[in-house]
Amino acid sequence: MDKLIVVLMVAIPAIIVIALVWVPAVSTVVLSFTDWNGIGNLGDIKFIGLENYDNVVNNYPPFPPAIQHNLIWLVVFFLGPTLLGIFFAALLDKEIRGSRIYQSIFFLPVVLSLALIGFIWQLIYSRDQGLLNELFGTHVDWYGDPSINLWAVLVAAGWRHTGYIMLLYLAGLKAVDPALREAASVDGAGEVRTFFQVIWPVMRPVNIVILVITVIESLRAFDIVWVINKGRNGLELISTLVTQNVIGEASRVGFGSALATIMIAISTVFIVIYMIQVVRERR
Amino acid sequence: MTAAVVGRKRRPARVVLQVFLMVMAFGWLFPVLWAVYNSLRDYDFTSTHGYFSFGGFTLKNYVNAWAQGNFGQTFYNSAIITIPSVVLTLLLASSAAFVLARFSFRFNLVMLVLFTAANLLPQQALLVPLFRMFLNVELPYSVSDSGSLYDTYVAVIAVNVAFQTGFCTFVLSNYMRTIPKELQEAAFVDGAGVFRQFWQVVLPLCRPALAALATLQITWVYNDFFWAVAFMRSGDKFPVTSSLQNLKGQFFTDYNLLSAGSVIVAIPTLVIFFVLQRHLRAGLTLGATKG
Repeated sequence: MDKLIVVLMVAIPAIIVIALVWVPAVSTVVLSFTDWNGIGNLGDIKFIGLENYDNVVNNYPPFPPAIQHNLIWLVVFFLGPTLLGIFFAALLDKEIRGSRIYQSIFFLPVVLSLALIGFIWQLIYSRDQGLLNELFGTHVDWYGDPSINLWAVLVAAGWRHTGYIMLLYLAGLKAVDPALREAASVDGAGEVRTFFQVIWPVMRPVNIVILVITVIESLRAFDIVWVINKGRNGLELISTLVTQNVIGEASRVGFGSALATIMIAISTVFIVIYMIQVVRERR
Repeated sequence: MTAAVVGRKRRPARVVLQVFLMVMAFGWLFPVLWAVYNSLRDYDFTSTHGYFSFGGFTLKNYVNAWAQGNFGQTFYNSAIITIPSVVLTLLLASSAAFVLARFSFRFNLVMLVLFTAANLLPQQALLVPLFRMFLNVELPYSVSDSGSLYDTYVAVIAVNVAFQTGFCTFVLSNYMRTIPKELQEAAFVDGAGVFRQFWQVVLPLCRPALAALATLQITWVYNDFFWAVAFMRSGDKFPVTSSLQNLKGQFFTDYNLLSAGSVIVAIPTLVIFFVLQRHLRAGLTLGATKG
């Protein structure tokens, strides 16, 4: 009896996760090699090798910009919000007056959804009534002009990401053994040197988490550009291309799956890095 | 003497630091404050005086936004999706975590990876098959207007549960491993079955972790927009975020009205932020660090 209960307690959640996450993920990869257009039986599916990938890369104009935008997103997130978040955490970890209040303020955007953030920043970016244009007397369409809208969106999305990273890093810093810092300060190391030579190396697990989160978040970015213009006209991302191809009337299943498989391939690398770290910590 | 010198040396640095943090903090709050400020002002006033002005205060925007955005319906939709999703996620995750933390199977590590990695996949990776699957599960029209699982609350709830269970299992199993085994063994000696050990001994001890995860999950599921976009078609089933799209005109947008709508959408998460921030932060960091 007890044995049965134990098995059910882990089997039911596992089956749900397998059926609704892993089976679909694997199916996506399989479908990416077929010509299925969503109509007809699964038995009619023909395998066409890499044709979908060939079409994605060579015959699909939005693809190169989407890849480029995702890469820009990743690089900007690393150099901007991620580093700034770590910097905030390093500053606020010390005994500073008002540290808790600053932490709360930087954390605030994290509770807002990226879709909502898209709307909130519209009040700042709008061409006719936005704050920036009123301030500078210009008529820039920050969300509409394809040469700048990605950057405008990155500022808004980075506003949220910074607080998230700060929080994770602060939690890591709190766990650093105070004796390490004392030893460093007895040795006469300055704060900057202490951080880079003593704190940074012991923060390796948190650094990996932050690396993985930043990559995955950059790849997953979707909501904010979807509410702005459904990911067109300068805001193409792989995630929006997948969505455009799959939902709606003209659904190109095989083609959309090939795009989604590219996302799976990239994320798998980082999931593996993260998993190795998790397994190592368990030992 | 030396302490005084150090103190004097440090003071300018501290002042610079405080000024820097104050400027950044103001910049951080500004977008939210700007939205709140303008949501409280009359459109005619701001269009004649510009947004850099003071006056024209009114609550009219909130009344209009609530009606035009159909917020009554969309809040109901968000609640109907969020509450069952979070309850089910925590139930499933805690039972899986209990087994993974307490019993050693040969496949323990495999299971943990299976659960944990699921949450890291991009949502779009699952979109194609799930979309087709929901369309092909036929339901009587009395249950679903679309005749399938597509465009139902159940579809969105199921995917949210599956997607979030992994993360919660990971966090809870880490947490349960810190609970002394003796407690459970004592219950075993008393003749409690496995389920009673779980429900009456281990779960009550996990209250802090459950509170943290519940707070976090409510925020995440409430904020989720993608699954609704993917699996919903009827306008009257979408969650709150879609109300904002209703407020955005095709050619003309009343930004004061949109600000009021944005504030309305933000209110539940802001309440969580102010009242339950401790739990929220714990939830976010439990997964990333040990302890």
